[in-house]
Amino acid sequence: MSGEATLLAALAVFTAATVRTAIPLLLAALGEVAAERSGVLHLGIEGSILCGALGAALGARSAGPHFGLLTGACAGLALAGLFVVTSVWLRADPILIGTALNLLAVGVTGALYRETFGIQGAGLTLPTLPARELPLLVDLPIVGPAFFALPLAGYLALALVPISVWFLFHTAHGLAIQACGEAPEAARAAGISVPARRAICTLWGGALAGLAGAYLVLAYVGTFSEKMSAGRGFIAIAIVVLGRWHPVGALIGALLFGGFNALQFLFQALGVAIPYQLLLMVPYAMTLVAMVGALRRSRAPAALGKP
Amino acid sequence: MSIRSRFSSRLSGFFIALGAPFLLAAGVLAWLGYDPRAALAAMLRGTAGSWDAFLSVTLVRACPLLLTGLGVAVAFRAGVFNIGADGQFYLGAIAAAGLGTHAANLGLLGIPLLLLAAAFAGGAWAGVAALLRQRFRVPEVISTLMLNFIAELLVGYAVHGPLMEARGTYPQTDPVPVSARLPHLFPPSRLHAGVLLALLLAPLLWWLIRTTVFGYRLRVAGHNPIAARSAGRFDAGRIQSQAFLLSGALAGLAGGIEVLGLTYALYEKFSPGYGYTAIAVALLARLHPLAVIGSALFFGILEGGASAMQRESGIPAVLVYSVEALLILGVLLSERLLRKEPA
Repeated sequence: MSGEATLLAALAVFTAATVRTAIPLLLAALGEVAAERSGVLHLGIEGSILCGALGAALGARSAGPHFGLLTGACAGLALAGLFVVTSVWLRADPILIGTALNLLAVGVTGALYRETFGIQGAGLTLPTLPARELPLLVDLPIVGPAFFALPLAGYLALALVPISVWFLFHTAHGLAIQACGEAPEAARAAGISVPARRAICTLWGGALAGLAGAYLVLAYVGTFSEKMSAGRGFIAIAIVVLGRWHPVGALIGALLFGGFNALQFLFQALGVAIPYQLLLMVPYAMTLVAMVGALRRSRAPAALGKP
Repeated sequence: MSIRSRFSSRLSGFFIALGAPFLLAAGVLAWLGYDPRAALAAMLRGTAGSWDAFLSVTLVRACPLLLTGLGVAVAFRAGVFNIGADGQFYLGAIAAAGLGTHAANLGLLGIPLLLLAAAFAGGAWAGVAALLRQRFRVPEVISTLMLNFIAELLVGYAVHGPLMEARGTYPQTDPVPVSARLPHLFPPSRLHAGVLLALLLAPLLWWLIRTTVFGYRLRVAGHNPIAARSAGRFDAGRIQSQAFLLSGALAGLAGGIEVLGLTYALYEKFSPGYGYTAIAVALLARLHPLAVIGSALFFGILEGGASAMQRESGIPAVLVYSVEALLILGVLLSERLLRKEPA
C-alpha cells in the first residue's frame, strides 16, 4: 500500500473517531446552550449523562435499543427535575446543587448497576443501535463514513443544531428564553414567567444529556460501566463557552473536542510520539483562553447563575 | 426570635440536614432488601470498632478531607466558588512526589520543604483561576473545572513520562525515600503526622478568619463585595484572590501529605474525588473552620466505613456518594427553608 493510501485510511479513522466522540458531547452541549441562555448554569448535566447511560442500559435490556434511548432521556430528565425543584423553585445555590446531583448520580447509578447486573457485570452486552448509511453521501472520501453512517439518533443530534438556532433566535419562545437569561427583571415585567421558562430549559437540557448518555451506551460500546460519563458533562459546559452560547458554536466545539481526542489515533497511525495526555489538555486550555476572549466580545448571558 | 423558636428552628434545620438523608438512605436500603441497622453497625465497626480502625481508617481518610474542606470553607467564606480543590490536590501531590523522589537528600529540612512546595503548587494552580477571575472576570466555577481536568491529565502524563518509576513497569512514581516520609504516630497503625498538622491548621484558620483584619475583610468581601469597596475601603477582588490562593494551598498541602504520609508514590486516579467531597465537608460545617474538624471526621467514617459495609453486608460502597449528595442537599435546603445565614 502506498504512503498516500495509508494517510487516507488514517484520516478516515480520525474523522470517524472525531464524530463518534463529538455526538454525545453535541447533544449535551445543545441542551446546556438552552439552559444557559435562560440563565441557568446547570452543572448537573454530568449526572444526567450518567443517569441516561444507566437508564438506557436498563431500557435496552428489556425492550431494545430504541426504547433505551427513551428511558435514557427520561433518566436524565428526572435528575434535572431535582435541580428544578431545589434550585429553580426553592432557589438554592445552583452550583452546589449541581455538584450534589452529580455525586447523587454516581452513587445511585453505581448501586443500581450492581443491584441489577451483579458485582461482576463486565459481561453485560446490550443490543446497539443499527447504523443507517445514507446512499451516495456515505461514499464520500474521509467524511462519508464518519458523518453519513450514523444511527438515527446521531442524525437527530446533527439536525437539532439548525432546529435549536431556529427556536432560540427566530421564535417568540426563544426570545423570551433569552430575556430570562439577559434581563430577568425586564422579562418578568413583560409578563414572562422566568422560573417556568428556566425550568423547561433545564429539563430539556437534562433530557438531551440523558440522550447523550444513552448514545454512549447504545451507539457503540453496548455496555454500561460505573462513572462512564467521565466528565463529558463538564466538557459540554466548556463547549458551550467555546461555542459562545450558540448551537452552531456547540457543533464546532464538540467536533474540536472530538478531534483532539481522536488525534492520538492519527498520530499513532503516523508514528508520531506525542503523549496523548498533552493532546487531551489542549481543548481545556483553549476553553480557558476562549473564556477570556468570549467574555470580552460575545459574553455569557448577563444573569447566568443568578436568581 | 425567641430562644425557644430559635432552638426549634436549629433542631429542625439539623434534622433536615443530617437526619433526613440518613432516614432516606435507610429507607432505600430496607426497600432493596438490606438491613439498614446491620449496615450502620458494619460501618461503625470498620471505622470506630477498634483503636486501629479509628486511627488507620477514619483519621487517615479524614486528613485529606479536613485540609481540602478547610480550603473550600475559606474560599466560600470569601465568596469564591473554588470547586477545583481536586486539581489543586493533584498539583500538590505532583510537587511532593516529583521533588521527593528526584531532589537530593535535604535531611531534616526535607519534609517541611516538600510540604511547602506542595502547598505552593496547589496555590499556584488556584492562582491561575484567581488571575483569570480578577483580570478577565472569568467565572471561577468553569475555570477551576477545566483546571481539574488539566491537572488529572498532568498526573497521567507525569507518571507515564518524566516521573515514571525507574523500573518502568507501572504508571506510577518511585516511592519517596524514607527520609521524606511523614513519621507514623502510633506504629502499627497507618496514622501519620500529617493529621496533626491538619488538626493544628483548623484553629489557626478560625483565628485568622475570626480576629485578623484579613479575616474581617474576607468575611465582608464574601457577604457583599460592593459594600466592601464603599464601606470598608478595600478592594474585595484582591482579598478574594488571596483567599483563593490560600484555599488552593490547603488543597495542595493535602495532596503533599497524602503522598508523604500514606501512599509514598503518585499514580493515576490518586484522588477518589476528595475535592468534591470537600464541598460537602465544608457545607456541613457551615463553613466554620473548627466545625470542619467534626465534619471531616464524620465523612471519614462515612467513606472509610463504606468499604467495611460492602464487605460485611454486600451493600455497594458507591452508595455512600448518594448519602453525601443528600447531605449537601439537606444543608442547602434547610438553609433555604429556614432562611438562616451561614454562621
